[in-house]
Amino acid sequence: MFYREVGDFKTTYAADSQTFPIAFDRVRYYFVLIVAVLLVPFLIDDYWSNAVFVPLLVWSVAAIGLNILTGYCGQISLGTGGFMAVGAYACYKLSTEFPDLNIVFCILISGAITAAVGMLFGLPSLRIKGFYLAVATLAAQFFLVWLFNKVPWFYNYSASGQITMPERTIFGLAVTGPNVEPWAQYLICLAFVFGLAWAARNLTRGSLGRQWMAIRDMDIAAEIIGVDPLRAKLSAFAVSSFYVGVAGALYFSVYLGAVEVTEAFGINQSFLVLFMIIIGGLGSIFGSLVGAAFMVLLPIVLRNILTRGLNWDTALATHVEFMVVGCLIMFFLIAEPHGLAQLWNIAKQKLRLWPFPH
Amino acid sequence: MNSSGSGQKAIEAPLMDIRNISLRFGGVVALEGVSFDIAEGEIRAIIGPNGAGKSSMLNVINGFYTPQLGEIWYEGRRRGSIKPHNIARQGIARTFQNIALFEGMSALDNILCGRVTLVRSGFWKQLLWWGPAEREETEHRERVEQIIDFLEIQAIRKTPVGQLPYGLQKRVELGRALAAEPKLLLLDEPMAGMNNEEKEDMCRFVLDVGDELGTTIVLIEHDMGVVMDLADRVVVMDHGELIADGVPQEIMNNQDVIDAYLGVAH
Repeated sequence: MFYREVGDFKTTYAADSQTFPIAFDRVRYYFVLIVAVLLVPFLIDDYWSNAVFVPLLVWSVAAIGLNILTGYCGQISLGTGGFMAVGAYACYKLSTEFPDLNIVFCILISGAITAAVGMLFGLPSLRIKGFYLAVATLAAQFFLVWLFNKVPWFYNYSASGQITMPERTIFGLAVTGPNVEPWAQYLICLAFVFGLAWAARNLTRGSLGRQWMAIRDMDIAAEIIGVDPLRAKLSAFAVSSFYVGVAGALYFSVYLGAVEVTEAFGINQSFLVLFMIIIGGLGSIFGSLVGAAFMVLLPIVLRNILTRGLNWDTALATHVEFMVVGCLIMFFLIAEPHGLAQLWNIAKQKLRLWPFPH
Repeated sequence: MNSSGSGQKAIEAPLMDIRNISLRFGGVVALEGVSFDIAEGEIRAIIGPNGAGKSSMLNVINGFYTPQLGEIWYEGRRRGSIKPHNIARQGIARTFQNIALFEGMSALDNILCGRVTLVRSGFWKQLLWWGPAEREETEHRERVEQIIDFLEIQAIRKTPVGQLPYGLQKRVELGRALAAEPKLLLLDEPMAGMNNEEKEDMCRFVLDVGDELGTTIVLIEHDMGVVMDLADRVVVMDHGELIADGVPQEIMNNQDVIDAYLGVAH
């Protein structure tokens, strides 16, 4: 009954175009924010940090990034894993070459380097569309992984070919390396997710976001009303790759600590992020977060139910988990092809009218 | 509808002068030696049977096609090879014969899109949103709301355009073109597929755009009644060639035009 816009009058255009137009939504948003910042860090332990929160936050950044490119600008990319690898290796090289450089700058610069690489691999998008572009970005995926395996300079000539993140601190507090506290890990990822989600929202609601969506919906009409397709597409590739690069840097430095490129940044990761945004909802920041949550949390929840709740054999549980996750993906896509974000919107529409049917 | 009476609006220096345009696609001749001018502030109609080259002419004007021969002079300068999005920046906007709205966006966002050439805030200001970008966004919103009032589509501003009926989609598209505050507005069959009531509404909007905003309009339309009432001057095309050019009265009595439209015994 309280989920209404009735009585919530908007007297300015700024108020009319805010992110959460309904008062209850605003309150809920601040509530989630307060819980995430003030409550979770005190309760979090190693398991929750490593299994749930940190991967959730890192994949959220990657999903927002891909959603900007695919959901908002309509350019399909299968190179997400490769671009994450660029972020990770840039972060590794920066932190080993410049040990005094703060880790936050390290991660941001890694994002910027990935943005440049992303723009380079985005150039074909000016000529080709759809499936053909997907194949072109697939080439980026394989090329980048090959490159990081092949050129020893990228992994500092280590014998194993792995890269390992040295310990780095913020205000004397370790956020990477073996001695990191779970809550510090969690908070740095949360800060990146919050800042980047906020920036993504700003970009997508302004003129640049409308240009991207115009290109997505009808590129010829967009060009004729004055959108420069070159700048719109390449800016989408740059911004998207920045996000994906930051996600790769966080994934390597804060989450895993040591990676081997073929395993950590293979084609599977590209598909994983693509699934996240398709299930979460294309063209929605909220959808990216929900999609990441769905793909990260669902297997964990299932595994816990099957192995701990039902005492199944671990191997059997793993196989069943794959099948159930696959079936659920199909179910959600059939039930609502526009993703969980759209389901959420429909639920909100219904809630607005409740208890009346219309 | 009084503008047919004012058919002899003083023809000033032409806003656009189209000289001897020829356009071919392989062996197909779409336009052959077409020349006419568009005077500042007039409503200029282009008529002709299907396949006469009317839409091709608009596509040449807004740079989507590059003609093999001929020159276009705009605001007293010869226009060189130029991309469509830069032509939009010079103040030429258009609507399409088949609606070309951005389906995933609301009517409001579609019309806001029309102002893309007028946005000043750069990337970093938009990223930060607070301050300049938000103020600028509000300015654009105010202008767009005036257009929404003008076109009487207040009720549907937040509706995704894919859900709107045809007539309203046409109006939103006109709104998107007007949002760019163009000097020259190209309308490609704005009344096609409409019932009489919708046509009358659209005619009123076209006349008001010309009168209130002083926008020069190029109009392609099949409904002769509409053309004769609205247009100050009419160009008639057939098989890619210009066969007549003049005020509506002359056009109606021109033998070539009657032949082209009604057919002629061979």
